[in-house]
Amino acid sequence: MADFDQELDASGLNCPLPILRAKKALSGLESGQVLHIIATDPGSVKDFEAFAKQTGNELTESREEGGKFHFLIKKA
Amino acid sequence: MEQKKLAIIATKGSLDWAYPPFILASTASALGYETEIFFTFYGLQLLKKDLSLEVTPLGNPGMPMPMGMDKWFPVALTALPGMQSMMTYMMKKKMAAKGVAGLEELRELCQEAEVRLIACQMTVDLFDMKPADFIDGIEYAGAARFFEFAGESDICLYI
Repeated sequence: MADFDQELDASGLNCPLPILRAKKALSGLESGQVLHIIATDPGSVKDFEAFAKQTGNELTESREEGGKFHFLIKKA
Repeated sequence: MEQKKLAIIATKGSLDWAYPPFILASTASALGYETEIFFTFYGLQLLKKDLSLEVTPLGNPGMPMPMGMDKWFPVALTALPGMQSMMTYMMKKKMAAKGVAGLEELRELCQEAEVRLIACQMTVDLFDMKPADFIDGIEYAGAARFFEFAGESDICLYI
């Protein structure tokens, strides 16, 4: 796992909450900073890809580990 | 890149149908859309301060019910007194257990994200609804006001 500046645990939350919480957390970060999101919603894998594509923030990592999904998003 | 626009008309006032407008509007905002929801007829229930929405199994063959009841339970019996409140209770319990957001929370997120919420003035008058019963920060307007925004929208949904 690469470095990150802030962590957001969205475990147990369902669509669209992980995306909404991530958006909120990103707004508090500076450009270039990285947000680490942990989620349990399987739909979040496609959702974070779509979120990054549409907002211009870069999804630098997406992986599953121990039943949880981890995402790294670098703020544009 | 020009900001995309999403226009939604919310016409239904049951617990299940309250979700799509708020889920889509809040998500669209997170994706950078400018969003408006126009609430008309039963959709106005979604703007009440006190959201006492229910879900009914009556005339709703697609609704999964506990113990597979949707497959064997006689349709006529879903009209029995207490069925609606029982199904509402079970639906809310299931939603909470699955981490689905509460409607109040989603609505607040929409307002925080500056989704514009518009109440249909005609319906408010028709049903003698009181503005005091509605949440703050909403606008009251008519069909022409909806088209002002919807006419320029990229996505327009009728829910």
